[in-house]
Amino acid sequence: MAKIKCVLIGSGNIGTDLLYKLKRSEVLEPVWMVGIDEDSEGLARAREMGLKTTADGVDGVLPHLASDGVQIAFDATSAYVHKENSDKMNACGVFMVDLTPAAIGPLCVPPVNLDQLADTMNVNMISCAGQATIPIVYGVSRIQGVEYAEIIASLASKSIGAGTRANLDEFTYTTSNAVCEVGGAKKGKALCVINPAEPPMIMRNTIYCLTEEEPDQERITASLMEMIEAVQRYVPGYKLVNGPVFEGNKVGVFMEVAGLGDYLPTYAGNLDIMTAAACRTAEMYAAKILNGEMQLVVEAS
Amino acid sequence: MSRSDLEGRKVICHDMCLRDGMHAKKEQITTEQMRSFAVSMEAAGVPMIQVAHGAGLGGNSLQHGFALHSNEAYWDAVAPVLNNTVMSVLLIPGLGTMNELRVAHEHGVRSVHVATHSTEADTSPQHIACGRELGMDTSGFLMMAHLNTSQGLAEEAKKMESYGAQTVYVTDSAGYMLPEDVTEYVSALRDTLNDATEIGFHGHNNLGMGIANSIAAIRAGATRIDCSVAGLGAGAGNTPLEAFVAVCDRMGIHTGCDMFKLMDMAEELVFPMMDHIVRIDRSSLTLGYAGVYSTFLLHANRLGEKYGIPARDILIELGRKKMIGGQEDMIEDTALSMLKARQGNSAQ
Repeated sequence: MAKIKCVLIGSGNIGTDLLYKLKRSEVLEPVWMVGIDEDSEGLARAREMGLKTTADGVDGVLPHLASDGVQIAFDATSAYVHKENSDKMNACGVFMVDLTPAAIGPLCVPPVNLDQLADTMNVNMISCAGQATIPIVYGVSRIQGVEYAEIIASLASKSIGAGTRANLDEFTYTTSNAVCEVGGAKKGKALCVINPAEPPMIMRNTIYCLTEEEPDQERITASLMEMIEAVQRYVPGYKLVNGPVFEGNKVGVFMEVAGLGDYLPTYAGNLDIMTAAACRTAEMYAAKILNGEMQLVVEAS
Repeated sequence: MSRSDLEGRKVICHDMCLRDGMHAKKEQITTEQMRSFAVSMEAAGVPMIQVAHGAGLGGNSLQHGFALHSNEAYWDAVAPVLNNTVMSVLLIPGLGTMNELRVAHEHGVRSVHVATHSTEADTSPQHIACGRELGMDTSGFLMMAHLNTSQGLAEEAKKMESYGAQTVYVTDSAGYMLPEDVTEYVSALRDTLNDATEIGFHGHNNLGMGIANSIAAIRAGATRIDCSVAGLGAGAGNTPLEAFVAVCDRMGIHTGCDMFKLMDMAEELVFPMMDHIVRIDRSSLTLGYAGVYSTFLLHANRLGEKYGIPARDILIELGRKKMIGGQEDMIEDTALSMLKARQGNSAQ
């Protein structure tokens, strides 16, 4: 079966973990990895896995996109440089999957809205916390109106790269906005805690929803179980630990996300849920490209 | 005859009862109470007071409780009655944001504690820089200091200094440290940081060490001490300001605070409004003993009652699982998991 060729921009934790996921895909083939440090571990690993690499940033790969037939790009750098990366890729007719908190394109949580995304050349994966919690918020809001949703993500210190650490505000804004826009809550708030415990703690997420009316416990519980199963199809370590706990109009759900251990060990479920969601999203667009539903256009220069 | 080896030292007392004290009041202090506290502290010469939700900027949440009023309403109540006393705020990246810090500045806040866990200073560079850009007196605040080594903490402090922090705090959020620990940690910071960078100490009285720890900090080079009138704060409270000032007076350490006015305030304003007497009881003592974040106290008491598990057992388990500040959601999660395990055991 034909595969769509991909470029990974960013050779840090997320880019490297994503590389493992793409290597297993039946419709995607990673061919390039872009970094900024020739000696980085990520680029060395990519070369070992048979990819071409450049340490000259996005500009280093632009001349090769057409000749190597690249049609999808993943950006795992930072929100600050994403727009420029995306514009350059799109101009070359390359579709962009954004794993930074830049969120310039539509927001995507696969089990919630993958099949409703409009035609676009850029889709955003929100944040790891967003991927882990929005299915739960949506699981409640599709049954009953949610006045307010709040999510708390606890992450192992070792699983958080320098970019995320230095930009927690962007993480917070992007995630809380997506809790509303994709999760369906009227108001949203996102909190993030980084825990250095040894051995590292598995990613935990707590989701609180305040429903407008008294919660219909039976229907909400059934809806949540269905959502959890849908996520488990691409992140097997997505697990309900406690709840749903109903207290007045408050619904509390306590989740854990264990990763597959592709790049970082299994505690880093935050990497997996992000890269697995990005991979799934890209596969959907790859299928559209392969069956001719979607045309990628190179801008005349 | 000199009154002590510390005679002549100058220390800045920073009162916490209108921020850490919010925890002890389940965030239900009124704007009128805030204003009357502020009037008293201004009159008593307290140089700095922190005013906010217990969890600081962004604190209003299901996780940390909703305060009676917005932070803006509290600042607006307090700012007009302050003359010499500076109003500060707490900002924990991941919860509070730079936009909220800018709003705080618009409402008269002139100093900020930018707080991270003791090993995670690199989540604070933007926020510390933002405080400095606003012209605020900016401190780095390394919480749960006992969960890092003294050398490790000094390295984190050095990062905060490099981001622009003018003061870096050793923060004993769990009230776990003993005076010799404080000496070791503050000395490590003093040896590592530039001479111009101040060192602060923020204690909790869970093991009854608040004052002794603060004095040990001063002896090792700290010049800023967080206290709270009547100890109003999380856990068994912060270092009680009036008693700390009394000890400093005896030792010849200058605080600029009027001890008699502060003890009157403690007696007449703070104690009467406490929902529970903030003291060393079995739960707060457990915090100090097990090294657990002081704010977990009232949550553990409430959930312990809800699920029929002693709060002490929950706190010990949270300590074992190395939960840190901001993980209040894990208290209910832990209680539920303990309940399942206990029901499982009794069913066998």
